Amino acid sequence: MYIYDQHDHSILQQRVEQFRQQTERYLAGDLAEEAFLPLRLQNGLYVQRLAPMLRVNVPYGMINSTQLRRVARVARDYDKGYVHISTRQNIQFNWPDLADVPAILAELAEVEMHATQSSGNCIRNTTADQFAGIAEDELLDPRPYCEIIRQWSTLHPEFAFLPRKFKIAVNAAKEDRAASQVHDIGLDLYQNEAGETGFRVRVGGGLGRTPLVGSVVREFLPEQELLSYLDAVLRVYNQKGRRDNKYKARIKILVKAMGPGAFAELVEAEWERIREGYTRLTQDEIDRAKSFFTEPAYSSFDTVAVDNSISELRAEHTAFDKWLTRNVRQHKKADYASVTLSLKPTGVAPGDVTEKQLEIIADLADEYSFGEARTTHEQNIVLGDVAKDKLFELWQKAKAAGFATPNIGTLTDIICCPGGDYCSLANAKSIPIAEAIQRRFADMDYLYDLGDLDLNISGCMNACAHHHVGHIGILGVDKKGEEFYQVQLGGNAGNDTKLGKVLGPAFDADDIPSVLEKILNIFVDNRHEGEEFLQTYERIGMAPFKERVYAKDH
Amino acid sequence: MPKIIKDGQVVDDSWQLFELSEDSELANAAVPTGQWIVPLQLWLAQRDKLKARSDIGIQIGIDDDIELLADDYDSVPLLAFDFPVFMDGRGFSAAFLIRDRFAFKGELRASGAFIRDQLCYLQRCGFNAFALSAEDLEAAKDSLSDLQEAYQASADKAPLFRRRG
Repeated sequence: MYIYDQHDHSILQQRVEQFRQQTERYLAGDLAEEAFLPLRLQNGLYVQRLAPMLRVNVPYGMINSTQLRRVARVARDYDKGYVHISTRQNIQFNWPDLADVPAILAELAEVEMHATQSSGNCIRNTTADQFAGIAEDELLDPRPYCEIIRQWSTLHPEFAFLPRKFKIAVNAAKEDRAASQVHDIGLDLYQNEAGETGFRVRVGGGLGRTPLVGSVVREFLPEQELLSYLDAVLRVYNQKGRRDNKYKARIKILVKAMGPGAFAELVEAEWERIREGYTRLTQDEIDRAKSFFTEPAYSSFDTVAVDNSISELRAEHTAFDKWLTRNVRQHKKADYASVTLSLKPTGVAPGDVTEKQLEIIADLADEYSFGEARTTHEQNIVLGDVAKDKLFELWQKAKAAGFATPNIGTLTDIICCPGGDYCSLANAKSIPIAEAIQRRFADMDYLYDLGDLDLNISGCMNACAHHHVGHIGILGVDKKGEEFYQVQLGGNAGNDTKLGKVLGPAFDADDIPSVLEKILNIFVDNRHEGEEFLQTYERIGMAPFKERVYAKDH
Repeated sequence: MPKIIKDGQVVDDSWQLFELSEDSELANAAVPTGQWIVPLQLWLAQRDKLKARSDIGIQIGIDDDIELLADDYDSVPLLAFDFPVFMDGRGFSAAFLIRDRFAFKGELRASGAFIRDQLCYLQRCGFNAFALSAEDLEAAKDSLSDLQEAYQASADKAPLFRRRG
């Protein structure tokens, strides 16, 4: 993981001190509400329905055990003892007091964590694959570049008052797990035929009211030129992006209005002007960033013996077998595995985790995964580097702590925003819908039979739970003060990113589990051998689903 | 005399804003002697005459095209960039381009609705003078040094990665 030096610490300390003074001036009445608003947002502080919410960055999802324990302590000392993992890999405190926030930020800064630009019209936390550095299908490790982008974007003086928020994701694997095509900028890290490292640059993806898949504006950007190109994209957006209507202010609207080609021309012209300037990355800097993401001291084992012992344990313990199938993933090293701790047991808001659980995760990370963990965009936590001979032991401990629900990638591994229970933007609640679905579909064998299924629930069209790219997406809508739920089918967030289509008129909250049941029955009745939901949907289309769901009862 | 923050100090502002009266025609409006900041459209209308003087600055609005002054940046002593609302960040990019692309060396002044808490970023983008209204300027100027170290390039400073020891 990246480790701060004196410069990083000094930058963060200045920021904490700046916000402490701003908060004091605000509380003393010397800083107007409207001027304080963007300042607090850019320090992670929202004011929600019932209380403030503080969003703390987990840069590209990497978090160590010291940081986990500190988050736990803050949740205990300043909050109600639990936090929420967001769909952009960040950690949210739901109930801090405004006056305590400077102290919270100072405590987090001690362990190299910050809330800088986790909100507001600025460059947000850069996200990546939760299996970065350990995935079998990875081409290159994206994390050094994510850290370079984190530093470049942090307190960037020119881009703190953009037309709207700005999100960057970096993918470096064959299978895109970072949803990079629906980000303002999506970067694919790869080596070209000449063996040079660089990026394919997509601009203008996004969800929200106007969901769009990003357009490729540059097929290959040499790694040294990453920051000059980002500067050029942001500069064009900052100057040309719409500011008259916040729903039309994201870069995707600009790119769509100008056309990707015309947009790219402006970017390229500015980039040509600055690419040889001092923002051009040095090899020393790239090497320095890479030096923090070297392999830990992996051991090797008698692979055959370990595999045999796991096979025996699988046969003996059905639950362990299910957990291995759903929650454990092959690591790039044959003797290692990546374990996803499910934060989606029935009855808990998806992505919520208590301070006690955070400390258990910290202990598990220390014992089984070189002291590191990863937050995921699906709102779970990954222990990335687990030796296979420890899997059974880890499973027992994870089970005791409530993390071993073997539902990763299934219908009940729901991506869900905080919704109307917390968020002041929401049109409808989303957590109770998730819970009703989890209760209705509690039969694990049925879930496994359904296979891989992304179900995403957003409480409003801002789409924090990415409902457009769920295989099944549910969107809360408000009609004359009442909450209804629209269902979408056929979305996908992977390499073949697709936006789901609306099934038809919205439903009452109470009807959602039965509607889902009908949809799943259609799938089961029509699927060919080996087909996943999305494949069946693409083959048979929307019509059969629509017919069955909206058929009059006889 | 009104005060401004310039080059890190609170100083008297010797410049005055030349406002066009509603019925005055751009070509005929007479700019008296003394240090005047004139609207961009007046400058464009009387460019030859005004360029001969060394005491004329130009007021640039948020929607103005800074390329219109491409031939003037090397001679004009002062540019004042007007922020209509503090949340409109176009001025940050404009300042950066005025310094970096057009190599403007004179006084680059922020005016209008920006706020004290933006001083530090404004300065890093290339502004060196700040006409802050309704503020205790002595207290406000402390905000210039809120964030002294920074990762990225500033208008006049290389990024940290080129300096990191």
